[in-house]
Amino acid sequence: MDATLDLLSQSAPLLLKGAGYTIALSLIGMSLGLVLGFGLALMRLSRSALLRWPAGVYVSAIRGTPLLVQLFLIYYGLPQFGVELPPLAAAGIGFSLNIAAYACEILRSAIANVDRGQWEAATVLGMSRGQALRRVILPQAARTAVAPLSNSFISLVKDTSLAATIQVPELFRQTQLITARTFEIFTMYLAAAALYWIVSTLLAAGQGVLERRAAEGRR
Amino acid sequence: MSAVSARGLVKRFDDVVVLNGVDIEVAQGEVVAIIGPSGSGKSTLLRCMAGLELLDGGALRIAGVEAAPRAPLARALKGRVGFVFQSFNLFPHRTALQNVAEGLIVVRGQPRAAAEAKARALLEKVGLGARVDAWPGELSGGQQQRCAIARALAMDPEVILFDEPTSALDPELVGEVLSVIRELAAEKRTMLIVTHQMDFARDVADRTIFMDSGVIVEQAPSRELFGAPKEERTRRFLGKVAAP
Repeated sequence: MDATLDLLSQSAPLLLKGAGYTIALSLIGMSLGLVLGFGLALMRLSRSALLRWPAGVYVSAIRGTPLLVQLFLIYYGLPQFGVELPPLAAAGIGFSLNIAAYACEILRSAIANVDRGQWEAATVLGMSRGQALRRVILPQAARTAVAPLSNSFISLVKDTSLAATIQVPELFRQTQLITARTFEIFTMYLAAAALYWIVSTLLAAGQGVLERRAAEGRR
Repeated sequence: MSAVSARGLVKRFDDVVVLNGVDIEVAQGEVVAIIGPSGSGKSTLLRCMAGLELLDGGALRIAGVEAAPRAPLARALKGRVGFVFQSFNLFPHRTALQNVAEGLIVVRGQPRAAAEAKARALLEKVGLGARVDAWPGELSGGQQQRCAIARALAMDPEVILFDEPTSALDPELVGEVLSVIRELAAEKRTMLIVTHQMDFARDVADRTIFMDSGVIVEQAPSRELFGAPKEERTRRFLGKVAAP
């Protein structure tokens, strides 16, 4: 028992440093992914096929291929064309591009599901499409989108462990390095799992707060 | 000058001709009811006048704005043509007061305080002075529709279009909405009302138009049209809706 506690307290700084990378990667992936996904969603909803089509192809390509393959293409594949990215940047870009496709579909369907009468009510007041979107449609779409976006975010937190394969010293990678030295395999992976669980749970709690805020004013 | 002037309006949905050459003139301050069987094109006519549907043919001038076929109209009107929907379409994330003030703030660029003062007065006028801070979901159907009328009035519309304003309401709530519309008629507001409330059309509208299959079959001063319809189709329709 004492030995285990010793091991954990010795490993703690490395594990926490790894968890820091995990959180950072999740936040980068989610925020950039959300911005990019919103742009893609608007393209998908556009009247112009020239905008709709490329966004559709992008979403299909990203959702139809493994995240691990996407990360390898960026980190190991791009140097063939002279683009050498440091591991953290490669992972950040990979996760952002990946989450964008999922966020796009969530936002697109949330916007499309707002009742057509809401667009019409905004239109007869004389609002432009942009004004209607900002003032009337998005606040209502946000409410529907919060829960599935949070799900994607929580999945992303766990998927950041894939960054271990492209040399990012995040939580899973740190755990691998420690077990290679100490051979305390079960204890260390259990500790890593616990840390992932804590981060995901905190995020889920944040989701609850956001959902309540988005639902404000409606009964 | 007339408030609405339309010549040969045509609207198709795919291959179905919904409006097949409709001519209509509405004078300032006139109240016109439009009746007819479902699918006769009366709602579509109203929606074309508000710019909710693009015209496929004909010429339309409303509230001083010319609408060309296939050209968007609503943005140019900037709320000068009010529209009241069958299903209210209030903004659920805004209070009654915010719903009414929204167009003034966003489209007309008025300061919030001025817009809300006007909105408050209009809600008072439609009998919702005590519910200004209520969310649409907390209001009854009749209250929601009165709030929607106040929202249209906020823009000082030159013409107000009502698309079956009481069809979604429980019977006991119809009266409160009709009495608001009656009051607007007494103020000599220019209004077109698509309705199934025949008694209301006869009492309130200066003129009633009967539409069927995308054309105007007959129009006359309301008492005349309901009292002594000239066309066989009108007679048949009125006979059906009057039947117990």
